[in-house]
Amino acid sequence: MAELGLQENEFKNPVVHWIDARLPVFTAMHKEYRQFPTPKNFNYFWNFGALATVNLAIMIVTGIFLAMNYNPSTAGAFDSVERIMRDVNWGWMIRYLHVVGATLFFVTIYVHIFRGLYYGSYKKPREMIWMLGVVLLLLLMATAFMGYVLPWGQMSFWGATVITNLFGAIPVVGHGIVTWLWGGFAVANPTLNRFYSLHYLLPFIIVGFLVLHIMALHTVGSNNPLGIDVKGPQDTLPFHPYYTVKDSVGVCVYLIVFAILVFFIPHQPLLMDPNNSIQANPLQTPSDIVPEWYFLPFYAILRSVPNKLGGVVLLFGSIFVLFFLPWLDTSPVRSCRFRPIMRWLWVLFVIDVFVLGYVGANRPVGIFILLGRIATVWYYIHMLILLPLIGKLERPLPLPESISKSVLGGGALPSAAVARPMEKA
Amino acid sequence: MRTLALAAAALGLALSALPAAAQETPPLPRVFWSFEGPFGTIDQAAAQRGYQVYKQVCSACHSMTQFHFRDLAGIGYTPGQIAAIAASVRVPGPPNAQGQSSPVPGKPADAFPSPFPTEAAAEAVFNGAVPPDQSLMANAFEGGPTYIYAILNGFRNPPPGVTVPPGRYYNIYFSGNLIAMPPPLHDGAVTYADGTPATVPQMAHDVATFLYFVANPHADQRKRIGVHVVLFLVFVTGLTYALKRKVWSDVEH
Ligand code: HEM
Repeated sequence: MAELGLQENEFKNPVVHWIDARLPVFTAMHKEYRQFPTPKNFNYFWNFGALATVNLAIMIVTGIFLAMNYNPSTAGAFDSVERIMRDVNWGWMIRYLHVVGATLFFVTIYVHIFRGLYYGSYKKPREMIWMLGVVLLLLLMATAFMGYVLPWGQMSFWGATVITNLFGAIPVVGHGIVTWLWGGFAVANPTLNRFYSLHYLLPFIIVGFLVLHIMALHTVGSNNPLGIDVKGPQDTLPFHPYYTVKDSVGVCVYLIVFAILVFFIPHQPLLMDPNNSIQANPLQTPSDIVPEWYFLPFYAILRSVPNKLGGVVLLFGSIFVLFFLPWLDTSPVRSCRFRPIMRWLWVLFVIDVFVLGYVGANRPVGIFILLGRIATVWYYIHMLILLPLIGKLERPLPLPESISKSVLGGGALPSAAVARPMEKA
Repeated sequence: MRTLALAAAALGLALSALPAAAQETPPLPRVFWSFEGPFGTIDQAAAQRGYQVYKQVCSACHSMTQFHFRDLAGIGYTPGQIAAIAASVRVPGPPNAQGQSSPVPGKPADAFPSPFPTEAAAEAVFNGAVPPDQSLMANAFEGGPTYIYAILNGFRNPPPGVTVPPGRYYNIYFSGNLIAMPPPLHDGAVTYADGTPATVPQMAHDVATFLYFVANPHADQRKRIGVHVVLFLVFVTGLTYALKRKVWSDVEH
C-alpha cells in the first residue's frame, strides 16, 4: 500500500500522517521519547540532564530578550544593562532569570557529572556520551565566562583581563595569542564586541552538541543506579509517561528553587558580585579579583602552582583529564554501590573539589596555599593513580542478577559470580 | 540515600565556610531595614526623608545618573509633586543650532543632573578621587545599605600615631581608613519635612533606605510577585507529584 518513496507510519491524524510520510519526525519522537526503553530503577539524580536542558532553554529565551536591549560597547554596555533593569518592561525579571540561570546551570551540571562519576556512567559503552559531555562542559564554561564580561562591571573587566592573560603563559606565542584574543593591547571595545558575538553563538553550538549527547545516549541506552546492564523488557519502562512525569516533578521543584533565588535573593554575592554594580574602570583594580563560584576550584588549581605556565597546564589538565576517564577507571563494575573502596574515594573527591572551591575564594596566603596544593595534588592522584589502581585491587560486592530482580527484592548472585565478564565495562 | 546525605554534608560544610573579607575594619553594625527578608518592603516615609538628605547633602558631590524624577513615584510621591520637584531643578537643555545647550527646568522624564560636568572636574576638587555615582551604590558593596550607613557614622578622630593627609578623613569602616569624603552629615544638617529629628544616625539610615530604593526600584514589586510565583509553583509541584504517584502506581519499583 505504501506509495513509492513514502515512509510508512501508523498515525491516525491525516496531517500528522501526511507529514510523517515525508519527514518522519513524529516517528522519531515516538521512538525516542515515548517508547524509548528506560531502566525502571532511576533515582532522582537522573533528573539532572533534563534539568540542564530546561535550563539551557531558559538561558536562550531570556538571552534573546536581553540582546534586544543590550548595547555591546564599552561606552554603553553598563548603562544599557541598567536600562534593562529599570525601564524595560519586566527587564529586571528577565535579567535576574539569566543571572540566576547561569549559576543553576553549573549546579545542575556539576551534580550531573558527579552522578556520572558515582554510578560509572562514563564506562563502556557510554564513553561517547561522556566525552560529548566534557565538550558541553567546556562550551558552557566559555559561554559563561564571556557572558560575565558583557555587563561591563568591574569584575567583568578584571575577570576578563586575568583569564585572557593566562594564555600569555604559553611559551613563545603566548603574548601574540593574548593580543589576538583581545583584538588590541588590552581588554577593550573590540574584546567586548567579539565576546558578545561568541556569547550569542556558543549556546546554539551547545544545542548541537546536546543533540549528539542525546543521540549517543539513545544508541546505547541509559545507565542506572545499579550500574548493571538491562537484561530484558522486564527491566525497563517506556520513557513516556513514566519518565516524562518523573522529570516533570524534578523540573517543578527546580523551578521553585529558581524562583526563590530570582525573586528574593538575586543580589546574593554568589549570584552577583557587588563589584559588578560598579562600571568597569581600567585604572582601578578591585582589591580582590574573584571569579564566579563555579570557576573557583579551577582557579584554586591555577594558583596552587608557583609557576604560571605550570598553573595553566594543571588548570586545563584538570578538565581534559575527564576525556580519558573511561579508560583511566579500570574497574569492571560501574556503580559505586558495589565498590566498597571507590565509593569512599568518590566522597573524598567531592570534598576535595569543595575544598578547592573554598581555597579559590580566599587569598592565597598562609594555610590556603598549603590546602590548595594538597587538594590539587589529590585531584590528580584520584584521577591518574587511584582510578586505575583501585579498579584492579578492589573486591566489588556481589552484583544483583538483574534490575527487576533487585527491584523485587531478589537476592544477589553468590559472590563467586562477582564481576562476571558480562559486566565488564 | 547515604551518598546523598554525605554529598549534602559536604555542601553544607563548604557553604558554612564561605570567605570572609580580609580587612582591618570592624564588622559592620547590625542595622534593621524595613526591606529585609522575603516580605520586607521599603519604608516610604524613610525613603522620602532619605531623598531629602540626598537632595540637600549628597547631590552636591555625587551623581545619580540612572535615576529619573519619575522614579520617585516608587516611594509615594504624586505626579504633581514629581513635576514640581523636577521643575525646581535645572537640567541640561537641548542643544541649539550652535551645538550649545543651556539649562532648563527639569521634567519628570529627565534623569537627575550630575554635580560635576566631567570626572576630571570632580578629581580636581577631591585630590584625584571621584565621588562614585549613587544609582547602584546600595548594591556595590558587601553589606549594601548597611555599609553606607556604617560609613556615614564611621568618622572618628584618628588614633594617636596616625597622620591623616590633607583632603583625607579618618573613617573606621573605610578600607584603609582614609576616605576622601569629608563627613557629610552633622546633627540638623537637614530639616525634615515630617518633623523627624535629624540626627546623624537617623539621616544615615534614611538616606541608605533611599539609596536602596534607587538601586532596586522594583524590589517591592519583585517580592510581591515572587510570593505568588512560588505559591503557584508549589501547587503545580503537588499536582505533578500526585500524577507521578498515579502513573507509577502499577509499577513495581
Ligand atoms: C549542557 C550541558 C548538558 C546537558 C543539557 C546534558 C543533558 C543530558 C540529558 C538530558 C541526559 C539524559 C538524562 C540523564 O541521564 O540525566 C544526559 C545523560 C548523560 N550525560 Fe549529560 N548533559 C550535559 C552535560 C554533561 C556533562 C558535562 C557530562 C560529563 C562530563 C555529561 C555526561 C552524561 C552522561 C554520562 C549521561 C548518561 C547518564 C546515564 O545514562 O547514566 N553530560 N545528559
